[in-house]
Amino acid sequence: MMLPFARVVEFWRQTTDSDLFWSFKRSKLVMVSAVITVLFFIMAFGAPYLAPHNPFDLASLELSDAFKPPAWEEGGEMKYLLGTDDQGRDLLSTIMYGSRISLVVGFLSVIFAMVLGIGLGLIAGYVGGPVDGLIMRIADVQLSFPAILIALLVDGVSRGILGEARHSDIAEAVLVVAIGLSYWVQYARTVRGSVLVEKNKEYVQAARVIGLPGPLIALRHVLPNVMGPVLVIATINLALAIITEATLSFLGVGLPPTEPSLGTLIRIGNDFLFSGEWWITIFPGVVLAALVLSVNLLGDWLRDALNPKLR
Amino acid sequence: MTSPKLLEVRNLRVEFPTRRGTLVAVDDVSLDIAAGEVLGVVGESGAGKSMTGAAIIGLLEPPGRIAAGEIRLEGRRIDNLPYNEMRKIRGRQIGAIFQDPLTSLNPLYKVGDQLIETILTHLPLTQAQARDRAVKLLEDVGIPSASERINHYPHQFSGGMRQRVVIALALAAEPKLIIADEPTTALDVSIQAQIITLLKRLCREHGTAVMLVTHDMGVIAETADRVAVMYAGRIAEIGPVQDVIKRPHHPYTIGLMGAIPTMTHKVERLTQIDGSMPRLNAIPKGCAFNPRCPKAFDRCYRDRPDPMPAGNSLAACWLVEEKAHV
Amino acid sequence: MSEQTVPMLRVTNLKRVFDVSPPWLNRVLEGKGKSIVRAVDGVSFEINKGETFSLVGESGCGKSTVARLIVGLYEPSEGEINFEGVNIGPAAERAKHPEIQGRMQMIFQDPYASLNPRWRVGDIVAEPLRFRGLLKDKKAIEKRVGELLTQVGLSPLDARKYPHEFSGGQRQRISIARALAGEPEFLVCDEPTSALDVSVQAQILNLMKDLQRKLNLTYLFISHNLAVVYHVSDKVGVMYLGRLVEWADTETLFNRPQHPYTRMLLDAIPDLDMTGRSRTPVAGEVPSPLNPPPGCSFHPRCPLANERCKREVPKTIPVPGGAVACHAVEEGRLPPWKAQAAA
Repeated sequence: MMLPFARVVEFWRQTTDSDLFWSFKRSKLVMVSAVITVLFFIMAFGAPYLAPHNPFDLASLELSDAFKPPAWEEGGEMKYLLGTDDQGRDLLSTIMYGSRISLVVGFLSVIFAMVLGIGLGLIAGYVGGPVDGLIMRIADVQLSFPAILIALLVDGVSRGILGEARHSDIAEAVLVVAIGLSYWVQYARTVRGSVLVEKNKEYVQAARVIGLPGPLIALRHVLPNVMGPVLVIATINLALAIITEATLSFLGVGLPPTEPSLGTLIRIGNDFLFSGEWWITIFPGVVLAALVLSVNLLGDWLRDALNPKLR
Repeated sequence: MTSPKLLEVRNLRVEFPTRRGTLVAVDDVSLDIAAGEVLGVVGESGAGKSMTGAAIIGLLEPPGRIAAGEIRLEGRRIDNLPYNEMRKIRGRQIGAIFQDPLTSLNPLYKVGDQLIETILTHLPLTQAQARDRAVKLLEDVGIPSASERINHYPHQFSGGMRQRVVIALALAAEPKLIIADEPTTALDVSIQAQIITLLKRLCREHGTAVMLVTHDMGVIAETADRVAVMYAGRIAEIGPVQDVIKRPHHPYTIGLMGAIPTMTHKVERLTQIDGSMPRLNAIPKGCAFNPRCPKAFDRCYRDRPDPMPAGNSLAACWLVEEKAHV
Repeated sequence: MSEQTVPMLRVTNLKRVFDVSPPWLNRVLEGKGKSIVRAVDGVSFEINKGETFSLVGESGCGKSTVARLIVGLYEPSEGEINFEGVNIGPAAERAKHPEIQGRMQMIFQDPYASLNPRWRVGDIVAEPLRFRGLLKDKKAIEKRVGELLTQVGLSPLDARKYPHEFSGGQRQRISIARALAGEPEFLVCDEPTSALDVSVQAQILNLMKDLQRKLNLTYLFISHNLAVVYHVSDKVGVMYLGRLVEWADTETLFNRPQHPYTRMLLDAIPDLDMTGRSRTPVAGEVPSPLNPPPGCSFHPRCPLANERCKREVPKTIPVPGGAVACHAVEEGRLPPWKAQAAA
């Protein structure tokens, strides 16, 4: 048996020795995006410890501090580095907490879409026949609607069923389902395509000759071999999901203003943009753009690095 | 050899820079081809045989590059020519036939147009003359009703017929040398026999020399005048085909001949060479064959042998030198 | 028939058709009918225990389909597959006899595709053991995997590695180890050496012969390489466009071939001893299996074809040492073999 420490060393050696790591080291752009992404994660998930204020603590809010400009502008205070919003919340802290919500919703909805898409794609590809036809036609129909429309639909329906008050309580979960449902098709299609290729490979036939039942072959043999492209899509989709969440929140159907995500902040700021309080919109907007851009760049790099034809 | 040398390759070295260091795919290879001669090049996958062919015709895939050595065609160096110069030589003086005929034919053009284009690029003919020549070429390679087939697209031909078109394309400008890289590997046995016979006949008629790269010793035995056996990027043995097959000197060639099952005599067990060819990043010191060689001795682990005279052949083996001393 | 003469495997009038039609909507729009390929069209043969039976033929002749039908990767459209007297042709019948499925195994052509790239070699080889419950204890499985790897010429330590760390020949050894793990008696080998270099091919062929002797295995060997088939087989069947045109014991088939197609194949093989040989290869190509010629499907390429060959499918008739499906043989029009070779 290997010692845990030796295992870690071995793992590190394998990682740093891999082609992926090599292509990672070669591109400065990718390294910068990775650093930015990691910084965002630290900022977002460390918000309770790092943020100067707690924007959710209603007691600490002072309405008289509303609309403070950033510290370097006239009238700004060092206490509020990036200024405050209409309710006197510190913008920097709100952005940190907001990105946490954006990232959590983004991640969860990607996972939801992934599980749904992989499951359906695997079934469609492996079983084939009418099952395949049914699943893929549903996917086709869904593809003919814009993702945001589906998310809006799901959100609206859930509001109708749950009522406004209960909806606010589980707004995050509804968002995750809404966004997840609008992005599963891509996973399903990719997985189905790869499964169709993999299931004719000889190692799958070998498993069939051994006598393994179909579902076991699909899960143990086929699934691990179709995950490569899925991870790439997931990375790129993370950026998309974050944007979709921001869009929904901007449209006012996402998270309630008491729990502001980046999109909510941009919407709030939008109302004051023309009265001179530009910072409420611009800072969350820049943060959103930087986050999405770096995640997207990482996804693009991952796609190229994992594609043997482009190497 | 008294006939003038058409192609001379001297100490050719092809390298592939990778992130884990430089791989040497072809190492110090020297060979000649006389006018009208068929030189077979055999070896296992990764032995460097295709790479040698690609280097000669100037089609090494980057990052592969010629790191040392000279290639001369009729005395003129061609390994350091600029791209455009080399392109003129390709087709006009050196033709190429590849394993997969689909890679040599543009699927979007009629085969006739491709032939005519090649002819017009290299020969001073009019459009009509070029067309006549194209039809004649297709007839030459045994394509029935050639004047109609000239208007067909590559996908309308079967595999064997397509390879015939490729041969016609390679011969279009009457080159002096054809590099044929596994020309029959993708074909069925009965078609393979047709193509080999065709290639042999055409080259005899046109006086074209051929460098026939293949892993199939049977094809070589039937087609080639001389044969070079490659192993791990180097030539292990080179000589007249009868000598190499019947009286091999290099232990690798000896093992290889015993490993090929034949239909003329049944053996209970085939001779086997244990192990497999080293990967390019792990070629052993000394003779590259030493880990698999049943007769290796201390010198084989120390020094790398160059091809030296052995009978009518050259063999890169220290045993040959030992025997010569005895 | 007494007990001893029941063959291990008897295939009777085996047929398999594949529907290769375009989707229904395309067919309706383009006004095209269904297209059906008769990949295997009435094949019958027997394999006795401990024997090596080979099927040869060019690509598309249906030899690999026969292999896949026998191991159950496809279900026959018609015909019987009798394994020691039990018909396992229909999938439902096969499902009733998991013990028979366990006694047969398959070795595939492409050593790069036949091993799951994400599994360790040890897990690949152990899969039949685990699935069939032959061994339960982890230590025992590990030990058995080590034995199996040693048996095929690898090291027990190789169990920790992944397939990509091995060369083509070594991967084929792993494939063989996996096939042997289920302790089969009958191995179907689909072109097991055609993706390998000659020196490695010799290793694998020798290994297969050694294992056959040691474990009393029965092989169905599929190959397009006649020299390899000559080397390994006891009996050989020649397939052309889904039909078995001739079968015989190896010496008979190679020394006194009857069917014109067999003769053509034998004449087409380049051989080491044939340096500088010139020959007259048979013209023509294999017709499309979508639209095979009527009558004897070889007649467009056959030098002996007459009107009857174009009309009537030849029946398989027994000849000394084997059987052949050819009107020319039946009618005694066949020229002697050596005479043809000299011409």
